[in-house]
Amino acid sequence: MSERNLILAGLDGDRTWRLKDYMARGGYAALKKIIAESTPPADIIAEVKASVLRGRGGAGFPTGLKWSFMPRSFPGAKYLACNSDEGEPGTFKDRDILRYNPHSVIEGMAIAAYAMGCERGYNYIHGEVFEIYERFEEALAEAREAGFIGQKILGSDFSFELFAHHGYGAYICGEETALLESIEGKKGQPRFKPPFPASYGLYGKPTTINNTETFASVPFIMRDGGETFLNYGKPNNGGTKLFSISGHVNRPGNYEIELGTPFSELLEMAGGMRGGRKLKGVIPGGSSSPVVPADIMMDCTMDYDSISKAGSMLGSGAVIVMDETTCMVRALERLSYFYFEESCGQCTPCREGTGWLYRVVHRIEHGQGRPDDLDLLNSVTGNIMGRTICALGDAASMPVQSFIKHFGDEFAYHIEHKTCLVPEDVQREGSKIYVGPSC
Amino acid sequence: MLSQESLKLIDVEVAKYPPDQKQSAVMAALRIAQQEKGWLARETIDEVAQYLEMPAIAAFEVASFYNMYDLEPVGKHKITVCTNLPCALSGGVQAAEYLKQKLGIDFNETTPDGNFTLKEGECMGACGDAPVLLHNNHRMCSWMTTEKIDQMLADLAK
Repeated sequence: MSERNLILAGLDGDRTWRLKDYMARGGYAALKKIIAESTPPADIIAEVKASVLRGRGGAGFPTGLKWSFMPRSFPGAKYLACNSDEGEPGTFKDRDILRYNPHSVIEGMAIAAYAMGCERGYNYIHGEVFEIYERFEEALAEAREAGFIGQKILGSDFSFELFAHHGYGAYICGEETALLESIEGKKGQPRFKPPFPASYGLYGKPTTINNTETFASVPFIMRDGGETFLNYGKPNNGGTKLFSISGHVNRPGNYEIELGTPFSELLEMAGGMRGGRKLKGVIPGGSSSPVVPADIMMDCTMDYDSISKAGSMLGSGAVIVMDETTCMVRALERLSYFYFEESCGQCTPCREGTGWLYRVVHRIEHGQGRPDDLDLLNSVTGNIMGRTICALGDAASMPVQSFIKHFGDEFAYHIEHKTCLVPEDVQREGSKIYVGPSC
Repeated sequence: MLSQESLKLIDVEVAKYPPDQKQSAVMAALRIAQQEKGWLARETIDEVAQYLEMPAIAAFEVASFYNMYDLEPVGKHKITVCTNLPCALSGGVQAAEYLKQKLGIDFNETTPDGNFTLKEGECMGACGDAPVLLHNNHRMCSWMTTEKIDQMLADLAK
């Protein structure tokens, strides 16, 4: 932890997640002040806009602007949802926020609910992290007891009921309308948009969905000011951000840094390359974001604009590091299998296309590739992208296109020689069971 | 029939949602039912549906859509290993190979004594902890070296 931390500031591992610890760190001060001063909702939204906080779930959409889409004078229920359905390969930051600082999310949601006039909210928590769900339930009970959520919060007229909803294993529920379907007790199949959730969301009512880290940033913004938050990052990229680093580094884990920090510095924080081996490529924003070759990545800074210029996306801030022992065809084969497995099956181009992509990459990896397979893959991706209800089809296509674009020679080698460019024993040694500093 | 304890737990979940939206509790109710029964038989799903006043087919749709529900019997201990790319880079695949060899079974198989079922999982949102295993859906085990796997299996077999 360093002075660079806002969300993870002042934490001591597993020992400081409770309400009293959070309040000792200045927690709930922002909510108390808003309620004591009856801050006009428009002022809160203006402050969030000034912070240039951008959605931390992957899309990077400006949070203040999203909040302003909610109808002000809608008669009847409005809902708030937190997207903690973190299942994009490489991403594991929300788990740590909920584990070590759950009240930051609760306070952020309460402030958001006040600003948008929502009377009820749900935090949708990823299925595989049941222990995190149980902890969040405990944190909710503490907040309820202290009067920070519930009816007539801190004696005011503002009421906000907040609950946890536990997922049970479906990547697609990270898509916001699939998440709403799932809360309604249905299959998690994305809805056609428009109408957008701000007009037709949960139970057909206006709803705003933000990522866990986005909500966790809100208390700081309201306490220290939007401009202070913005100044931590760089113009158009406000604040700090958590980066989840996995793969071939010495210290995989979460690192909170100012947006705009050089990638090389982040890599150093994560202990550098495992075994001193050479960097080959980086997937900078979760498995859906296009892969970036080592030399381009080393010149990038970690913010939305720089990564976008490098032809990829900052996404959720999930940085998957691959060294020279990685077979890029095998890496892509595993990702393609994931999208095939997780396609909800609703749209034909995605349902059929993701299986097709997987089967072709699989046959290339297994020495049965055909000379025109790379053209075929590019053609299939072209026919998926933009032709589906949600972004999963695009998410499955972008890795395929980028792996072929940057590591096409390795794919061609597989097709021609029916074997990996990187010898099997080298691959196994590079990706053996890692006994890291945390073991 | 589900136990009174399970029904009570389901009631707590139902109370989280607006009174006319009982169906919202179906995911939690199926989880609670599975915890009690070990897996979800059709009659268990039907009972959940009836309890929540929703069509049985709608509950079955949910049970078959989300991959942590087991629609067939599994061993006493279901172990799910993440083999997705970030985990694979830190030994996820090799941990799975080790488990297969130790247990003498492949993915989606159960040991003859009915003790262990092995599953291949998708991203659990814990890639920094690889290799990662999930025990009976709810307990996550991080940084699983072969020694820790040995220890875990020995503890569970007791």
